[in-house]
Amino acid sequence: MTRRERYEQKQRLKSLIIAAASTICVVAALVIIVPMTPGWEKVQKSFFNGEVLAKTFPKLLDAFMVNVMIFAWSAPAIAILGLLIALARDAKSPALFPLRIFGAAFTDVFRGVPVILTVYLIGFGIPGLGLPRPWNSPFIWGSLALVLTYSAYVAEIFRAGIDSVHPSQRAAALSLGLSERQVMRDVVLPQAIRNVVPSQMNMLIALQKDVSLLSFIGPVEIFRQAGVFKSLFANFTPYVGAAIIFLIVTIPATRYADYLMARQMRERS
Amino acid sequence: MSKRILVATFSLALLATNALAGGHCAADKTLTQGKFTIATGNPAYFPWVLDDAPESGQGFEAAVAYAVAKEMGFTEQDVVWVRSSFDEAIQPGVKNFDVNMQQYSITAERDQVVDFSVPYYTAPMAVLVGASATDTKPTIAALKSLKWGAVGSTTAVQKIASIIQPTNDPLLYGDNADVNAAISANQIDGAMFDLPTALFLSAVMIEGSKVIGQFPAASSDNADQFGMLMEEGNPLKACVDEALTAMINSGTLASIEAQWLQDTTGVPLIK
Repeated sequence: MTRRERYEQKQRLKSLIIAAASTICVVAALVIIVPMTPGWEKVQKSFFNGEVLAKTFPKLLDAFMVNVMIFAWSAPAIAILGLLIALARDAKSPALFPLRIFGAAFTDVFRGVPVILTVYLIGFGIPGLGLPRPWNSPFIWGSLALVLTYSAYVAEIFRAGIDSVHPSQRAAALSLGLSERQVMRDVVLPQAIRNVVPSQMNMLIALQKDVSLLSFIGPVEIFRQAGVFKSLFANFTPYVGAAIIFLIVTIPATRYADYLMARQMRERS
Repeated sequence: MSKRILVATFSLALLATNALAGGHCAADKTLTQGKFTIATGNPAYFPWVLDDAPESGQGFEAAVAYAVAKEMGFTEQDVVWVRSSFDEAIQPGVKNFDVNMQQYSITAERDQVVDFSVPYYTAPMAVLVGASATDTKPTIAALKSLKWGAVGSTTAVQKIASIIQPTNDPLLYGDNADVNAAISANQIDGAMFDLPTALFLSAVMIEGSKVIGQFPAASSDNADQFGMLMEEGNPLKACVDEALTAMINSGTLASIEAQWLQDTTGVPLIK
């Protein structure tokens, strides 16, 4: 071991000790000081009540299956519609100008309007026109509201991905005799989609949480179920239970997105 | 001689203080000295509060509030109104109201976290159906097959699950307005409310809807009693209870009920 390596090892050890010590201090401060505050006992009773959590958790898990279900059919629809909108906005032919206008208007409107308004408007509005059952189900129209909103965001990300592919590649592919359609399908999109996977992962995580907005129009998913328990027990712990379930799903997903992002950075550098 | 006068004066003074303390059970126990702060919903609904203006004393809960305040020795000017959501009422920590009045059903679970006064109203639960289901018979068997809805924060959720046990899972909403929208959109057939609310919604809010039946309020597992909500351990509870009990015994409460809540005997009982 050279002198330099010994020195660096010593430095690493030093920073490790400092990091550990500061972490212990912060955790200890939280664990000791928070319970010393005068209202802690009450806060603990209404937010971190083990008894209420045990009673409500299994039902919350059941209700979470509704979230998973809505998520499962919305996500693919969002990916497809988002990609189509992105392609519409990228249309080069003058004859397709109306399509470009439509794409732009779509993203402007659905990105600008609060999700909850879209959910109300489509979830109550369209069935209100007089559709027969089961076609007026809030599951169908609520999901559509999510799909519309999220595909506007997703389309913008896809568009950024398409723009990230250098124009020289298109030119080269065209000069090889590929048609516009082939260039898009075989040259641009494969790279574009790969480039935006990490960003789209973040959209998936956001969607996963926003599925709960459907509770406003009827479906008893985890957020509504937690609200029912909150009213029944006059206790906020069920929301904490719901948060735990959300975290179990989102933390691995977020870490995976981080990993993808880091890998992409490495590949680019 | 002077000693006797002194004793007499002293005992008189003592008597006087006693009398004062008796008249002001709530003295030093309210949020603001000499004021009685009452919270209601935002918005507050008919027929509990008329025109969302509790200060007018119009509407059942507003009228009861002023009557209780009077019974406790407050004048009309001493009553202060604030607005609160359900969540604000049950959050831990300092409250911004002495009592909170917005059709809170008294349940054993809630009672562990907050305090309730003695009930000021016993609400029968009623079934409101949309235009497409108005000929449903008021029997449990017929009600089972309906598509149900309710406001998620009310005790109606538990009642639907335990009494009706519908074949389809009910849909739940955030407030009355959303239940209306769902009934109007024919997404649900019927919803459960307390009877006065159901009658109001049917008469004013939802076209073609009908209150097809009520559950007898007296039967023990159906009793939905409204109480004034107070912070857990609030010393004011004794005073509020005393005032309400006096109003029940004197018939004041019954006459307020007769004045503001319409006659509910026309709605058939559900068998």
